[in-house]
Amino acid sequence: MMTFALQITIGMVIIAAILNVYRLIKGPDAPDRVLALDTLYINTIGLIVLLGISLGTRMYLEGALLIAVMGFIGTVALAKYLKRGSVIE
Amino acid sequence: MNPIAEYAMVALLLTGGFFSLVGAIGLARLPDFYTRLHGPTKATTVGIGAIVIASMVFFGSRGEGLEISELLITVFLFITAPISANFLAKAAMHMGIVPFEETRGNTWDQ
Repeated sequence: MMTFALQITIGMVIIAAILNVYRLIKGPDAPDRVLALDTLYINTIGLIVLLGISLGTRMYLEGALLIAVMGFIGTVALAKYLKRGSVIE
Repeated sequence: MNPIAEYAMVALLLTGGFFSLVGAIGLARLPDFYTRLHGPTKATTVGIGAIVIASMVFFGSRGEGLEISELLITVFLFITAPISANFLAKAAMHMGIVPFEETRGNTWDQ
C-alpha cells in the first residue's frame, strides 16, 4: 500500500511541476515567472524527498535543505531586482 | 513496518500530493498575478510540508532514531514562503501590474 501511495504522490508532484513550467513559459509578466520558479523549487524539494523515501536512504535530505535555502535567497534577490532595479544598493 | 506508522505515512503522502497539485493548478489557471499568488504560497507549502513529514515518519519508524533535518526543512519552508510572497507582491505593485477587473476598486464601500 505504501509503494502505491508513493507512486501516486510522485505522479501528482510531477504533474504539479509540469504545470509550473507551463506558467514559467507562458507567464505574461516577470513576477509571474519568478513565482513559477519559486513554486518549481518547492516542488523539487518534494521530489527529492520522495526519491529518498523510495530508495530508502537519508542521503538526499541535505540536498533538499540546500535547495530550500538557496531557492529562498534567489527568490528574494529576483524580487528585489524587479522592485529596485538592483539587488544590492 | 508498524501498521499505524504506515497508515499515517500514506495519509500524509496523499495529502501532500493533493495539496501540491491544487497549488500548481491554481498557479496555472487563476486570472491575474495577485490571485495566482495564493496557490503556491499556501497550498504548495502545506503539501510539501506534509510530504517531508511523511519522510520523517518513514525514517523514524525504521528504528534508526529520530533526526530533525526534515523538521528543519519544513520549518524553513513555512517561515520563508510568506516572506517571498510579500516581496513578490510588493514588486508587482511597484511594477504597476493591473489586477483582474472583478477585483479592482474599493468594492466594500457601495
